[in-house]
Amino acid sequence: MLIYIAKRLLIALPTLLIVSMLVFGLQHLLPGDPVLAMAGEERDPETLARIRASLNLDQPIPIQYLRWLGGVVTGDFGTSLRTGEPVSALIAQKLPVTIQLAVMAMIFAALIGIPTGIIAAVNKGSPVDWAANLVALSGLSIPNFWLGIMLILLVSVNLGWLPASGYESPFVDPWRSLQTMIMPAFVLGTGLAATLMRHTRSAMLGVMSADYIRTARAKGLTRREVILKHGFRNALLPVITLTALLFGELLAGAVLTEQIFTIPGFGKLIVDAVFNRDYAVVQGVVLCTAVGFLLMNLIADVLSVLLNPRMRAAL
Amino acid sequence: MTRFLLTATALSALLTALPAAAQEMRIGLQDDADILDPDQSRTFVGRIVYAGLCDKLVDLDGEANIIPMLATDWAYSDDGLELVMNLRDGVVFHDGTAFDAEAVVANITRSMTLEESRRKSELSSVDSIAATGPMQVTFTLTAPDASLVAQLSDRAGMMMSPTAAEEAGADFGQNPVCSGPFRFVERIQQDRIVLEKFEDYYDADRIHLDRVTYLPIPDTTVRLANLRSGELDMIERLAAPDVASVSQNSGLTMQETVGLGYMAIYLNLGNGERSETPMGQDPRVRQAFSMAIDREALNQVVFEGTARAGNQPFAPTSPWFNTDLPVPARDVEGARALLAEAGIDRMPVEIQHANNPVVTQMMQVVQAMVAEAGFDVTLRATEFATLLSEQTAGNFQLSRSDWSGRPDPDGNLHQFVTCEGGINDPRYCNPEVDRLLNEARASTDTEVRKAAYDAAGVILNEDLPVIYLGHQTYIFALDDSVQGFEALPDGMIRLQDVTIAE
Repeated sequence: MLIYIAKRLLIALPTLLIVSMLVFGLQHLLPGDPVLAMAGEERDPETLARIRASLNLDQPIPIQYLRWLGGVVTGDFGTSLRTGEPVSALIAQKLPVTIQLAVMAMIFAALIGIPTGIIAAVNKGSPVDWAANLVALSGLSIPNFWLGIMLILLVSVNLGWLPASGYESPFVDPWRSLQTMIMPAFVLGTGLAATLMRHTRSAMLGVMSADYIRTARAKGLTRREVILKHGFRNALLPVITLTALLFGELLAGAVLTEQIFTIPGFGKLIVDAVFNRDYAVVQGVVLCTAVGFLLMNLIADVLSVLLNPRMRAAL
Repeated sequence: MTRFLLTATALSALLTALPAAAQEMRIGLQDDADILDPDQSRTFVGRIVYAGLCDKLVDLDGEANIIPMLATDWAYSDDGLELVMNLRDGVVFHDGTAFDAEAVVANITRSMTLEESRRKSELSSVDSIAATGPMQVTFTLTAPDASLVAQLSDRAGMMMSPTAAEEAGADFGQNPVCSGPFRFVERIQQDRIVLEKFEDYYDADRIHLDRVTYLPIPDTTVRLANLRSGELDMIERLAAPDVASVSQNSGLTMQETVGLGYMAIYLNLGNGERSETPMGQDPRVRQAFSMAIDREALNQVVFEGTARAGNQPFAPTSPWFNTDLPVPARDVEGARALLAEAGIDRMPVEIQHANNPVVTQMMQVVQAMVAEAGFDVTLRATEFATLLSEQTAGNFQLSRSDWSGRPDPDGNLHQFVTCEGGINDPRYCNPEVDRLLNEARASTDTEVRKAAYDAAGVILNEDLPVIYLGHQTYIFALDDSVQGFEALPDGMIRLQDVTIAE
């Protein structure tokens, strides 16, 4: 098992290298000059030349890339062009926020998506199934930014129950942290719940028509036992894989949701960085996100091996 | 059941519990500030934070006149080559360092020499600065510069603790130490900046808040929702469409002021190949374009009447506005006649503009207006960073962008339209305009300056390297418990005299 994980990690390295090259190249293909974006209104030619030279932006792109790569290998991700803060500090500041949002959103998604998926599958073709599908479809189709603003207007402005936006670290004030995160996590969760529900439903349908379910029924188990013990446990595998992958995507930051609720996570960081042509920050965040995604992929695979005795034997 | 009720009550009480409002003010900003070092920063919202954090040598009043702050009085020498400033006694920085002439010298020197400094062009007329007394400094200038004092009313004149600045170097922004009414507590990028009352502030009687938190909330709807729900006490730059709903809301008040800047279209007159069009070469075509625009209608349609129509780099409310050139009414017939004179029936024009909804709408209205005079406008919506580089590189025919404005008229004109101007993207060059603007810069006599700006204004109004469309207003929305706030033309949030009623 350990050898398997080590192998996978080793294979991930070239992937990361290619990702970083692509991002670096793409950024420089973008029109717009980071120096101009930085200079703001004080953009006379002398100032521009001075900033350009001080940031090594006057050197050829391959040299800039190698400089950056050299830094990364030695643990230096560079500094933000905009605020002068080290990129690694920025990432350390934002990553916990994004993880918290991702975990809470995933909890919402699982709490809503998996039960409705099971219920829909068990009652296939009945009005319950249609209703569940309708809810799932709406979850997928309602844009996050709209749902977010509606929730803010209803819950914060009209009812005054929760703060409209903002963020507090759970280590400083856990209660307020929860208050500020509930709405964005719910908004993000609804979209994912729909995906989870659809997959749970189809996995359950597949399992429920299997021979061993008929056998279980035949030997007189209660409906509940058949569904949960025999059905759901076998349908769980693809659902877990999917959950891990969805979680990996969440780590890239939820740009719109973070923007609406003003949550200082990865999504906001990278959007602001792109608009300001803050190359080092974009590079750092994308690299970090890619690592997160690859890790979640790996975890998904490891989990499915652990949960499935047949695959364990094949290893 | 009782237990359930109790739990439910406790829960809802907790849910609605907000942080204690005892003289703590929470302000919603449109963006996140950049680095908090007055010598290095460049954002508008950064300046809003400095209004609480860093006092300046001089300040502005409601009419954009310059008034004393850390400097109590000042005078230019007769030849205009020296500026002597006397400083306020009894001022200390947040770290306890005393404010004196040496501190000012260290600050101005840092602004002029720090490698990362963005203040170099603002102080380009300063040759050297010396302490000519314990509480007096003398600036020696390379050439007379009437705008220098006004430059000192902004970041170039902000005083940082010399001790802290020397220690931190270019990293000063991580923990800024100034002498303003509030001192720095913490900052979380894209989330908040927290300041708290500085007990040893020289003008402490006018400070009634204990703590100020600035929260960047880019979405206008969400910013307003936060104000309505009581999470914020004040927001800046309220969007024009929200003005009506805020004025109907009994719990909120509004403050607005015409800004120092302008909204304009820059025309490529000599910046590369794309200037070689009738628009770039024939002033009559530019005049026709300008005549076809109904500036007041733009203000009504796009800004719901909250902005100001304008045709000069100074708003009609400014003392520098040339009253001989009033904001013109739309004249389609006149525009057609001018075009015909230039031998043109219809002509294509491309305008690049920032891709935000307000500017896009504004340019669509302009597009429709000038079409009636014979201009077939293609709009090119461009992301802002790209727009800037296209404009600098000369890859534009017409380019629509804003200028935030400077308190001294020089800052709204000189660098844009003089032959060697640092941001003269149209590459306009008229020696007579250069002469007039240099004369205005060199004189400290307001009447001489006004006459020079008026004369330059007449020429610019014919040559039209820049077509001015109007002036932004800064609109603040406040909870009605906030009292004592006054909006000034620079759009800053000064916290002196501001109180929050219980």
